Amino acid sequence: MDILLQQIINGLVQGSIYALVALGYTMVYGIMGLINFAHGEVVMIGTLVSITVAGSLIEAGMPVSLAGMAGLSASVLACMALGWGLERIAYRPLRNAPRLTPLITAIGMSIVLQNLAMMIWGRNYLTFPSFLPKIDFELAGANFTAIQVIIVVVSATTMGGLLLLVYRTKLGMAMRATAQNPAVASLMGVNINRVIAAAFVIGSALGALAGVMVGSYYEIAHYQMGFMLGLKAFTAAVLGGIGNLAGAMLGGVLLGIIEALGAGYIGDLTGGFLGSNYQDIFAFVVLIVVLMFKPSGLFGEKTGDRA
Amino acid sequence: MTSRFFRSAVGIGLLAVALIALPFVAALGGQAWVRILDFAILYIFLALGLNIVVGFAGLLDLGYIAFYAVGAYTWALLASPHFGLHLPIWVILPIGASLACLAGVVLGSPTLKLRGDYLAIVTLGFGEIVRIFLNNLNAPINITNGPQGITLIDPVAFGSFKFSGTTQIFGLALSGPQKYYYLLVTLAILVVVINLRLQHSRIGRAWQAIREDEVAAKAVGINTRNIKLLAFAMGASFGGIAGGIFSAMQGFVSPESFSLIESIMVLSMVVLGGMGHIPGVILGAVLLSILPEALRYGIGPLQTAVFGKMLVDPESLRMLAFGLALVLVMRFKPAGLWPSPTRQRELAEAKS
Amino acid sequence: MSEVLLEAKAVAKHFGGVQALREVSLSIRRGEIYGLIGPNGAGKTTFFNCMTGLYVPDGGGFVFAGAPLLADAPHRAAERGIARTFQNIRLFGNMTALENVMVGRHVRTGAGIFGAMFQNAATRAEEAAIRQKADDLLHYVRIEERADDLARNLSYGDQRRLEIARALATDPKLLCLDEPAAGMNATETAELRELIDGIRSDGTTVLLIEHDVKLVMGLCDRVAVLDYGALVIEDVPAVVQKDQRVIEAYLGA
Ligand SMILES: Nc1ncnc2c1ncn2[C@@H]1O[C@H](COP(=O)(O)OP(=O)(O)O)[C@@H](O)[C@H]1O
Ligand SMILES: [Mg+2]
Repeated sequence: MDILLQQIINGLVQGSIYALVALGYTMVYGIMGLINFAHGEVVMIGTLVSITVAGSLIEAGMPVSLAGMAGLSASVLACMALGWGLERIAYRPLRNAPRLTPLITAIGMSIVLQNLAMMIWGRNYLTFPSFLPKIDFELAGANFTAIQVIIVVVSATTMGGLLLLVYRTKLGMAMRATAQNPAVASLMGVNINRVIAAAFVIGSALGALAGVMVGSYYEIAHYQMGFMLGLKAFTAAVLGGIGNLAGAMLGGVLLGIIEALGAGYIGDLTGGFLGSNYQDIFAFVVLIVVLMFKPSGLFGEKTGDRA
Repeated sequence: MTSRFFRSAVGIGLLAVALIALPFVAALGGQAWVRILDFAILYIFLALGLNIVVGFAGLLDLGYIAFYAVGAYTWALLASPHFGLHLPIWVILPIGASLACLAGVVLGSPTLKLRGDYLAIVTLGFGEIVRIFLNNLNAPINITNGPQGITLIDPVAFGSFKFSGTTQIFGLALSGPQKYYYLLVTLAILVVVINLRLQHSRIGRAWQAIREDEVAAKAVGINTRNIKLLAFAMGASFGGIAGGIFSAMQGFVSPESFSLIESIMVLSMVVLGGMGHIPGVILGAVLLSILPEALRYGIGPLQTAVFGKMLVDPESLRMLAFGLALVLVMRFKPAGLWPSPTRQRELAEAKS
Repeated sequence: MSEVLLEAKAVAKHFGGVQALREVSLSIRRGEIYGLIGPNGAGKTTFFNCMTGLYVPDGGGFVFAGAPLLADAPHRAAERGIARTFQNIRLFGNMTALENVMVGRHVRTGAGIFGAMFQNAATRAEEAAIRQKADDLLHYVRIEERADDLARNLSYGDQRRLEIARALATDPKLLCLDEPAAGMNATETAELRELIDGIRSDGTTVLLIEHDVKLVMGLCDRVAVLDYGALVIEDVPAVVQKDQRVIEAYLGA
């Protein structure tokens, strides 16, 4: 029982991070139908920037908590700029190109960013400075740490904020209108370029936040870390029904929990044949199974052909 | 009429001479270049296989390399000391192709009704699943030998004629890579012919119809699911054959060769060259397999010459250049470097 | 002559709150031209879509040539002998006119992957026959000189004709036309009328959705009227024309 609870807590933490990253994918996809393959790399760069900034500030004698905040802010700003630049330079010229063209561009950008990061930060694993005192809590036989609590709380708050933004502000309305029908939105006076740029910038900010949290959680970072994280987060977005914000959040959390439970119990389930090194397949197996039965994801709308 | 026939005969003759002479020209730069040439042709084969799926049927497959892996490991397991099996090529290659085909059908039948982008992520996930299994199926029963991979794989052989090592033929010394070259060119020509014939067949038209308008295709009686599945299975079979040859040519396979970046590489060849247009795909495959190698050989020495020492790791510069090339080509030639004439027109009209 | 080819039995379909079809029952006899009319949004296209398997009806079903039609299997409908055109023309835009019609032969031919790869005699003969038939059909609808043009570069009227040729290529027993005269001028409409009459004379039953009441009344053997998803009347044109409910439906719309 306590192991079950423990795994659910671990899954919830990981899932909150997936959810934040998934939002970046789903917003861009919802508005312009593009799988922004480079989003995982944006998250990775967010993590590495925060390490560099916070690390050097700590070395210069700044208190750890302040340095951590500075690292986070620098990372969010850097990623917002990066997201904006990506859209402006790489994707915007391709609005009317064949369907696969922007996808290949996104893949290309992902490769570029990963290798740039390797040149800047090197091939080795970097340790993430610990910003937070190591406090452990216990609940019903399960342990969790301060950072876990913070991750869940911050993610939940941020996502609440995003929902408010999308459903209560003018920008949010413009975003929803564009997602519905760009041509009509544009006729109604929505500035499509601004809406798309906003989706990239907001998604990247969320990604940076996720990157910093994932870094402080595992206390380690690497130029390739964005790949699997991005892949899982994208899977979460599809699982929830891509283009759907609440779907991305639920999909992320669900995926985190399924993975944690799967990794915890796969040995028992397969009589010891498969071990926890198969953790990474759960995401994809769940994805394939869900899409088989619900082709538009768990919470996606069914889009029928209108003949 | 006769002069056109004459001209194309001359053209084919020249091409044949060039293709026959190529491995000897490459050998002047060392056997490494012959090997690079071999890989370029293997990639042509792979890219044309994927072209059936992506270019003809319009299905976005990001896990194509999984089928290549199935073929490669089939060969590796059936012709190496790992299990002590040494089956001949005419047994292994069909098994590898069939298993890859089966994998394609198993993956495709539940997923091909999905929207294009969903299919992309599902195939990507499938590719990762295959790689993870290859990496971990060394315990509790050692099937794939895990991350170490399988070594000492038998080369391609027809009876006593082996494709590894040097052979004297008509007083000419043919190296292993040179022999593989001729095998690969034969296979590549075969796959070009198959691609051409498919494109202008009943099935090829059905693929194009689905790509153009799936609802209308259904309305004229095309069983879109089966026809898509056919493309998927065909592409997978070609991937399986290529994988087998790869395994034999290398003598060694490990999961590392079948990562997502390989799927991306092959897809990039198809899209960068000109989706659905056979000469374009060939161009894409040649460029993307030769250029990185040229960079590999060029960047290191160039840096030492200019700066006196290595500043940046050539491997990451090479990948950086690859990524940039993708971005730039898509920016300035969105339909690929050598698109089919109709696609080119389509794009020009869309702009105006 | 009066044998029933298609029978619709209480077909119902709704979209959200919109009841697009309310238990519509009608029957089409072999060899006739049957008109389906009604104001915009009456459910005519929805009826087509249910019949050809693009939509799954909420209730009811169809019997075609003595056997029920499967819902949710559009390619089966074509196989059974139902061909259709679309209200908003759906051609394969980047294929030539000839290729469009050749695709229409798909369901009546059988060459597969191996035939294509090995180009055996049977495959080559079939391919030649496909081409011949497609050629003949382009002549039949009189757009043979546009054979090698891309479908999307054809004029509006020619696209309508091409869509009919593609549908005819499936050797249909029942040809369903969704507003084929929409956007045509008087001359084109007259030519279309001649074409439809010819198709019926050549033995194909025709189901015609049309806005142009004059065209329908002059051409059809029987007419059904839909209004708000419900069948108002099904009878010969002379009777339908005088029906008070029909006049109201049209004036009210
Ligand atoms: N795919 C669909 N989704 C939602 N509503 C639809 C769909 N297709 C048709 N409708 C609705 O059903 C009603 C009937 O439409 P339709 O059959 O196209 O009418 P008609 O062809 O007679 O003009 C309309 O109110 C239309 O808006
Ligand atoms: Mg209609």
